[in-house]
Amino acid sequence: MNKNIIISSGFHIILIFIATLSLPFLAKKPIDLPPIVSVELIQITDITNIPFAPKAKKIIEKVKKKEKLVSEQAPPKKVKKEKPDAIPLPDQKNEKVQKIEEKKQNPEKIDDKVKQVSEFEKDEMFDPNVIAALIDKSKEDLAETTEKQDKVTQSEDSSMTLSGLTLNEEDALKAQIFGCWSIPLGLPYNENLLVRIKLKLKPDGSVIKTEILDHARMNKPGQAFYKVLAESALRAVQLCQPLRVPTTGYERWKDMQLNFDAREMLEG
Amino acid sequence: MINRNLILILLLIFFPLKATALIKVDITRGNLSPLPVAVASLFSSEEDKKKLNKELKIDDIGLEISNIVENNLQQSGLFNPLDKEAFLQKPDIAHLKPRFEDWALIKAQALITGKVNLQDNKLRVEFRLWDVLAGKEMLALAFTTVPKNWRRVGHIISDKVYERLTGEKGYFDTRIIYVAEEGPKTQRVKKLAIMDQDGFNTKYLTLGNELVLTPRFNPTNQMVTYLSYFKNLPRVYLLDIETGIQEVVGDFAGMTFAPRFSPNGKKIIMSFAKDGNSDIYTMDLENRIVERITNHPSIDTSPSYSPDGNYIAFNSDRSGYQQIYVMKSNGKNVKRISFGKGLYGTPVWSPRGDLIAFTKLHKGKFYIGVMRTDGKGERLLTENFYQEAPSWSPNGRVLIFYRETKTDSKGEGFSAKLWSIDLTGYNERLIETETDASDPSWSSLLSN
Repeated sequence: MNKNIIISSGFHIILIFIATLSLPFLAKKPIDLPPIVSVELIQITDITNIPFAPKAKKIIEKVKKKEKLVSEQAPPKKVKKEKPDAIPLPDQKNEKVQKIEEKKQNPEKIDDKVKQVSEFEKDEMFDPNVIAALIDKSKEDLAETTEKQDKVTQSEDSSMTLSGLTLNEEDALKAQIFGCWSIPLGLPYNENLLVRIKLKLKPDGSVIKTEILDHARMNKPGQAFYKVLAESALRAVQLCQPLRVPTTGYERWKDMQLNFDAREMLEG
Repeated sequence: MINRNLILILLLIFFPLKATALIKVDITRGNLSPLPVAVASLFSSEEDKKKLNKELKIDDIGLEISNIVENNLQQSGLFNPLDKEAFLQKPDIAHLKPRFEDWALIKAQALITGKVNLQDNKLRVEFRLWDVLAGKEMLALAFTTVPKNWRRVGHIISDKVYERLTGEKGYFDTRIIYVAEEGPKTQRVKKLAIMDQDGFNTKYLTLGNELVLTPRFNPTNQMVTYLSYFKNLPRVYLLDIETGIQEVVGDFAGMTFAPRFSPNGKKIIMSFAKDGNSDIYTMDLENRIVERITNHPSIDTSPSYSPDGNYIAFNSDRSGYQQIYVMKSNGKNVKRISFGKGLYGTPVWSPRGDLIAFTKLHKGKFYIGVMRTDGKGERLLTENFYQEAPSWSPNGRVLIFYRETKTDSKGEGFSAKLWSIDLTGYNERLIETETDASDPSWSSLLSN
């Protein structure tokens, strides 16, 4: 019994020792971070390298146009062209005309009943007696939020090194491929339009090998469009090479996966 | 045993597997500009050229066929055919083995090459579609036909290329039936006419003695139903294109109009007006049984079946204003689907089944638009002084309609022309016709 306890304690000590000393050294890897991360993040938020997609521009213009049309609409006047498809017939009886249905396309539900405030909602109402407590609590919350924000920044930093590309680097690569990818417009937009392509790259960004990860889908019945989509993605990679990859850290990005998804563009 | 496990545990602790995450980049945007494509002239030997010239009076039939393909692809708005002057490789050599670097240099992403020859008085056309960037062949086909069908070969090649590069069927090997109009506005002579979708090979089916309107193809493209004012009585007629035989549809004691075939071609659906009321009826073409579909004291007209034949879209003024409704093919479950401001008419169900095209009149302007079959997602594609009667291309991507221009103070300047627009609303094109034209109807694909 004592022997087992001693063995168990011994292992525990070894484990704790290894965990505290060895692992951090093993896990440590050269950090390749841009010196001022926060500035970079702000730049990306405000100005991006990605060109404003022409389709998106068109959509916005179209939406604006539509909104204008709707806003200009007046109560419709009953005008009919003399055409057999639509003509009012001469003997049309007036009494047969029914009331206009006052339906809307997306009618908003109006709840005209007076809402009763539940006990739970009452508790949430402002109470001057607990104002001091609220002030104190808000201070605590603020402190907690600041702490959380710091943690988030740190985790972002580490994820950036692990994922291999900084936001700027990813931004540049995306912008380049956006310009090369001619999306086939006949694809059924209600289908899964994701093509995953694995690349093996040379240090200068030229492509050594491409591999379609869902290759089996190409030959499935009813998925003929997938072949068309996958080929367009491969063409984009070929057309774009050498890819705009970072000048350093080849080991990080020598293998890369591009997820081409046409759905957003085609639905728009 | 304990020792082995101990060693294993220690190994795992001291040499942890170092998993490097694969970089994944999401590409969610792309380039929607037309795909640059090189359409090389189809090669034919001098001997074949001479023979074909003798028969068809065309100097270089290979060049003409490639021009048809080029024109079709350009009209679709999805392709950008490159100038033949810029080609670096000769078409005959390119057809055997293209030098992809040369084609990539002129920014072509796809290349079409081909060969034409005459075998036993038959025209044999073969073509290949190449992926320039991948450096491989995507498609290779050969057709044999009578020489006078050479234009159709061009359209079939266009369809095959379109399908291979876009993932959906093409619409080039199709015909359009329409009403050809001539003369001053007050005394228009209207004839039924049929032509290829690119405006060539026009043939007139009626002489113009009677007024004709709203011709529609049946699914096999052999028959046409239309409205004709014979002895000033508007009636729905049926015409066999090949034999030229015409007949009146049904024995109605009144005016019938707005005919259309059911998707299986066995019935004709139309409006019948009597005593100021107009309702929708069907007539079975086999047993001639007439069935009343709607029974409402309002004007119900312009019926159009869904592609599966289970539903019918039509317009009615039962709400007080002309709007679009959908019902089951037996006339039950009538539901209004258009709720926007203005008047809605001429609903046409898309061959894909997902959209309904319509004409809208609002504030004195006419719009051609589409909405989903539940009435949501209304999109107005084009706006003009007067335009109506949309008809779908067989793949459900393009609409053809007609547009009239205003008459000036002298009573001149009136014209009616056919136009097409695709679902993006940006590729609007005039379709050239020999005369003024209205009421177009697109056939289904002649070859599959």
